Amino acid sequence: MTIQPSSIKNWIERLRALWEKIVSNRKLLPVLLVVGLVFSFAIPQFGLLNQYVVLIMIYVGINIILSTSLNLINGYMGEFSVGHAGFMAVGAYVSAILTTKVIPANLAPWLFPLVVIAGGVGAALIGVLVAVPSFKTRGDYLAIVTLAFLMIVKSVIENIEAIGGPRGIPGVTLLTTLPWTFIWVVVTVWVIRNFVYSNFGRGVLSIREDEIASDLMSVNSRQVKMLAFVISSFFAGVAGALFAHVLQFISPRVFDIIKSTDILIMVYLGGIGSIAGSILGAVIFTILLEVLRPLGMWRMVLMPLVLVILMIYRPQGIMGLREFRWFVPGYDLFASKIWRKKKEAKDASAS
Amino acid sequence: MLLQAKEVTHYFGGLCAVSNFNLDLEPHELVGIIGPNGAGKTTVFNLITGVYKASKGSIKIDGVELVGKTPNQITALGIARTFQNIRLFKDLSVLDNVRIANYSQTKYNPIEALFHFGRYDTEEKRMAEHAMDLLAVFKLQDYADEASKNLPYGLQRRLEIARALATNPKILLLDEPAAGMNPNEIGQLMDFIGWIRKEFDLTIILIEHQMRLVMGICERLKVLDFGATLAEGLPKEIQNNPKVMEAYLGEGGDL
Repeated sequence: MTIQPSSIKNWIERLRALWEKIVSNRKLLPVLLVVGLVFSFAIPQFGLLNQYVVLIMIYVGINIILSTSLNLINGYMGEFSVGHAGFMAVGAYVSAILTTKVIPANLAPWLFPLVVIAGGVGAALIGVLVAVPSFKTRGDYLAIVTLAFLMIVKSVIENIEAIGGPRGIPGVTLLTTLPWTFIWVVVTVWVIRNFVYSNFGRGVLSIREDEIASDLMSVNSRQVKMLAFVISSFFAGVAGALFAHVLQFISPRVFDIIKSTDILIMVYLGGIGSIAGSILGAVIFTILLEVLRPLGMWRMVLMPLVLVILMIYRPQGIMGLREFRWFVPGYDLFASKIWRKKKEAKDASAS
Repeated sequence: MLLQAKEVTHYFGGLCAVSNFNLDLEPHELVGIIGPNGAGKTTVFNLITGVYKASKGSIKIDGVELVGKTPNQITALGIARTFQNIRLFKDLSVLDNVRIANYSQTKYNPIEALFHFGRYDTEEKRMAEHAMDLLAVFKLQDYADEASKNLPYGLQRRLEIARALATNPKILLLDEPAAGMNPNEIGQLMDFIGWIRKEFDLTIILIEHQMRLVMGICERLKVLDFGATLAEGLPKEIQNNPKVMEAYLGEGGDL
């Protein structure tokens, strides 16, 4: 039996229709969340998957947090930050210092959520410093500012002997588990979605579209930029904290420009201005990197090549500026419909 | 007096773009600013709305000084504008374009926005409804979910005015609203401007090249040339002013 090209096409069409149906069914999301939470506990508990796969899943989670938070700046706000690894470093160091030097080892697992939050807060405070130059500069110039910021963070860490200097901090406890990663991914996506679908989030979008017009429509661009940077860097710090406690060893070299580039690839692969895109980008990138591991050095050639091809044929990424209906709040999605129904009801009662 | 500009002067480097501009605006007036290309008309708008900071002089709305304030603060005080070349938020929906202009009137704080609690729900519903009502007034309600760049030109112009009105202004600055319109559309636009002025209780300043529109609806005119105020008065007076004719048509011309 031969396979007809038309039948393959047919199948692709059908798969696509099914996919569309799944991602536009809003009732499915809570179900998936519960199933995900149960599995995130069950998998390590009963050893359903081997250690290696669990580790990859944790990295996928951390990368989702990174790409979603960077998308807020690079996608929704339309700036170009290459400093995300810097925020991640701050989160990683703050949390690793807490668990190795401050908190007694037997308490660490219980206090881990607070440690992660502390990492996020540390990064957010630094985020405030980076937000200030963004009031005055934008585009390429702001990109250079963020690059400089990344270099400063790296050299500062390298030169503080108390935290290991260039040698870093070895022997960080393994505290990042699959359930914690899952919970933090959900929190990140939920909070960033909430922000995007609020007045302030629309302010972020309007700055991307036309900053002068947005200012003249009463958007307080300073407030909006400050919020975007603080939220984005907070979650980069959270990701850094989780990362430090799964890698169990951190050094300044881990958080260099290559790390930032990886996150950029995830964002632009998945698609700017889209939460679904950030998630897809992170999942595809992380898995692809593992699948291509047998290629050794060549995968470092292949990944950038994928990026080049993507930029030529689909510069907006997989989901660019589109969103699964999963992530759009109901009244926002149906705002015009709700209004129309109300109006019809009013008209009907009037006549 | 609603708006008072006193001896407003602005330099770009060594070039004097606007010199000694004075304007007293009473509530409900409709004042036109005309002048040849490069006369400094749009610069006046940019000075009033805070895009540029005036080098000298003062601009006050209800006695509040505007020079030195940021554009978003000035807009919140009740001055809204449209642009010579349309500046909508192209990739955003028509509804979002209007909702964004509600920014300064939103009554929830960032924490409520991050966790969607407190006043968030009621405020979002109120804003969406308010924006839809406004779109309905401009007969744009059927395009609410469309990206604004997909609208035809005329509707984009209308949306820009709707968006400006969503900031709840006292004064509306219209920068060449008739650009790219045919005589028939200009006629409609004249009725439209008169109507929104009454409906939204507005004071309007208008920049325009189309003499028919300016002479038709403006109660008072100011003529700028090379940044200086050349003449001001009733449209009839301006039409017969020899200085204005010279600026527009050269010596010996006739409007």
